[in-house]
Amino acid sequence: MANYTLNINGKSREVDVDPSTPMLWVLRDHVKLVGTKYGCGIAQCGACTVHLDDTAVRSCQIPVSAVGDKKITTIEGLSENGDHPVQQAWLEIDVPQCGYCQAGQIMSASALLKRNPSPTDSEIDTAMDGNICRCGTYTRIKKAIKTAAGNLS
Amino acid sequence: MSTSKPNMTFSRRDFMRTSSLAGGGILIGFNLFTACKPEASPPVDLASLNYNDFNAFIKIADNGAVTIFSPNPEIGQGVKTSMPMLIAEELDVAWDKVLVEQGVLDTKNYTRQVAGGSQSIRFGWDPLRQTGATARQMLINAAASRWGVEPSECTTSEGVIKNASGETLTYGDVVKDAAGMEIPEKVKLKKRSEYKIIGKDTWNVDLDKIVTGQPLFGLDYKKEGMVIASVMRPPAFGQKLDSYDDAGAKEIPGVIDVIRFGDKIAVLAKDTWTAMKGKKALKASWKDDGTLESTSDHDRILTGLLDGKDFQTLRADGDIKKAFASADKVLERTYESPFLPHNCLEPMNFYADVTSDKIHLVGPIQTPERTAQEIAEKLDRSPEEIHLEMTRMGGGFGRRLYGDFAMEAAEISSKAGKPVKVVFSREDDMAAGIYRPAIKYRIKAAVKNGEVTGYHLKEAAVNSNMYGLIPNFFPAGAIENYQVDVAKHDSNITTGAWRAPYTNFLAFAEQSFFDELAEMMEVDKVQLRLDLLQKVKGTTDERIQYSPERMEEVIKTAVEKSGWGKQPDGVYQGFVNYYCHNSHVAEVANVEIEDGMPVVKKIICVVDCGIVVNPLGALNQIEGGVIDGVGHAMYGDFAFENGVPQSGNFDAYRLIRINEAPEVEVHLMENDHSPTGLGEPTLPPAGGAVANALKAATGKRLYKQPFTKYPELLIVPEKEIIG
Repeated sequence: MANYTLNINGKSREVDVDPSTPMLWVLRDHVKLVGTKYGCGIAQCGACTVHLDDTAVRSCQIPVSAVGDKKITTIEGLSENGDHPVQQAWLEIDVPQCGYCQAGQIMSASALLKRNPSPTDSEIDTAMDGNICRCGTYTRIKKAIKTAAGNLS
Repeated sequence: MSTSKPNMTFSRRDFMRTSSLAGGGILIGFNLFTACKPEASPPVDLASLNYNDFNAFIKIADNGAVTIFSPNPEIGQGVKTSMPMLIAEELDVAWDKVLVEQGVLDTKNYTRQVAGGSQSIRFGWDPLRQTGATARQMLINAAASRWGVEPSECTTSEGVIKNASGETLTYGDVVKDAAGMEIPEKVKLKKRSEYKIIGKDTWNVDLDKIVTGQPLFGLDYKKEGMVIASVMRPPAFGQKLDSYDDAGAKEIPGVIDVIRFGDKIAVLAKDTWTAMKGKKALKASWKDDGTLESTSDHDRILTGLLDGKDFQTLRADGDIKKAFASADKVLERTYESPFLPHNCLEPMNFYADVTSDKIHLVGPIQTPERTAQEIAEKLDRSPEEIHLEMTRMGGGFGRRLYGDFAMEAAEISSKAGKPVKVVFSREDDMAAGIYRPAIKYRIKAAVKNGEVTGYHLKEAAVNSNMYGLIPNFFPAGAIENYQVDVAKHDSNITTGAWRAPYTNFLAFAEQSFFDELAEMMEVDKVQLRLDLLQKVKGTTDERIQYSPERMEEVIKTAVEKSGWGKQPDGVYQGFVNYYCHNSHVAEVANVEIEDGMPVVKKIICVVDCGIVVNPLGALNQIEGGVIDGVGHAMYGDFAFENGVPQSGNFDAYRLIRINEAPEVEVHLMENDHSPTGLGEPTLPPAGGAVANALKAATGKRLYKQPFTKYPELLIVPEKEIIG
């Protein structure tokens, strides 16, 4: 066990955990932020996507000991009132079915739009093909990203 | 999964009851599915009912706020939105003022609190609207009584009652009086032209929580004192636990306990990562009795069954032997499918707190009633001691019809004396599946004088065969000599329902076969299907529940919308029509060649599901069903070697991804038929539409899924490659 001070959603959080614990489980079990989801544990499904500084990463692959003083942003901290343009687009298009993968989808999409405010179809595919939606809401995800891109420009 | 017609004759007195709430307001309870159970059910003892037991009800507070409890489990099929819409419509309240909550399980009085078979809306259509209308009439009666006018003079709009002189009262104003009113024997339902909610795009009621990451799912559930259990199960189907050593696991800081139950070992820890680490540190040895099965065994055994004579006949019309003996031409083809895991993105999990006076269960389950009963039996407890709460589910697809994971949680909690949540890793989830069974179909048709005179469908499956009305689906009734025979191999690999059981592969087999039959008969592929349907019109066979007229309409609409036969060079189309889960569907796949490879670019999907309750949700179900169908037909493969599953995670099991998903263009038929299900019926036709389009593009016919397992069949001839 070891003590870590983490910057999560703009707040300083202290945890006492095994250094090998992935950020995913630190968030879910120790900081009680359960919006970040467990899907595969091997960076194949994208359900656990968070931002490390401004980059989308799979939190199941990042041990807490490797985070240092980087800023972690989860779905709960993406916006103050759930009104990030990507969240708003998700609401407008009514993207989810079961909803389980959508936090990861939104975190991948918001990181994409931050570095590329108007992505092409193939750029959306490349940025989003690491996120599985088992219900098959892909056409709506694409539409929502384009809607958000329109709102951002 | 019943496909029988709902019996809508019920006595209102048997299923309605109201009461005042202690804090003000009225509660209207109704016994939804006992009321329309196909079989006669014993009358409900009203005196014994407690309002907290009702599996669905309306709550109206003194300030007029309306809460509607959604009775059925939500797996992403949208019933938590669409079922309350039916109540709200007839209650005549503004949808944006309604709060929807998930109802809990009542094991005592109700049936069909189930997510399965695409039946929630079909069975709920009448009772849910009746409930809303009954509550509205009681509120009107209360207002009319206060005004001293006839109820028939009063109208309602968005929770406000108005009389002929223009005076108004809100539902909240009269709710206390209404609670004491007699339940009206007859209520009038709205005409379709009066609908304000049904038929309007309505957003998912949990949408805000989903996009902000609020706790909703079983895996998110937490309770004081709860520990996490990671369970080691036999690595192969057919193995049992011989011995184990838990010393290494117990040394890990944070591991609380290690508990053996049956052939499984649970590692208990305060958090998930520690429990998973603890499980990895377990050492176990396993024994088997020589019954470990491999995919090569199933391949051989299923072919042997098809070649053999040991069948059960599910439907036999005319005399197929004679038809084949006198045929001008005969076509026979065999189709093969693998096992499939469900791969819900939220892995199986369940919370159980078993104490001496009660059993508290919380989690994602499609069959809460059956699961609670099984747990009560296993632990030798009364079902009345069980309180089961359903969470939103991160996918179901049939996997959560089986409560094995809830049973594990209950057994571990019972032994540990603690509240426990069992959490499957992805590897656990894929390896401890209740898979779609591997199946082979052999179809043989006789043609004489340009007509299809005989049709013989044989099924060989692992563990269980098609059931219900499936043997009576199209082309049953269209061909004079028709027979469906089934055979099975009993395996120790656990199998069960997988989204659109049996039809998810049967549709591909039959619809591929029709295309090939049309080629042999040298007739137009769509015309062959339309000609067959003519023969079903006017049938008096009650087992045939598809409508040839409605099927004809979806086919003609699909031809028109897809530009069938009129596509430009370089677009190859495949056609499928199908009926299952009481809905009629036609799909056309458009395949184009990119970089020398055939690519599924678009699916045009025409659906007749009667009145569409929520168009926005319906489109989502249809798009998702099509993409799921395309994905599994293209990529889904799952093999066993000596009982051990050969894929453990998504690096070794391919699910369709965003770059592979085709565009889906949806057309909904407009009519006044009562609504039918949408969670499943658009999936089965998708694989056939893709296979028929790939045949058009490559000249090669596909008989086995998944298609990508046979790359040599996906090569486009040189002359077809354009640009």
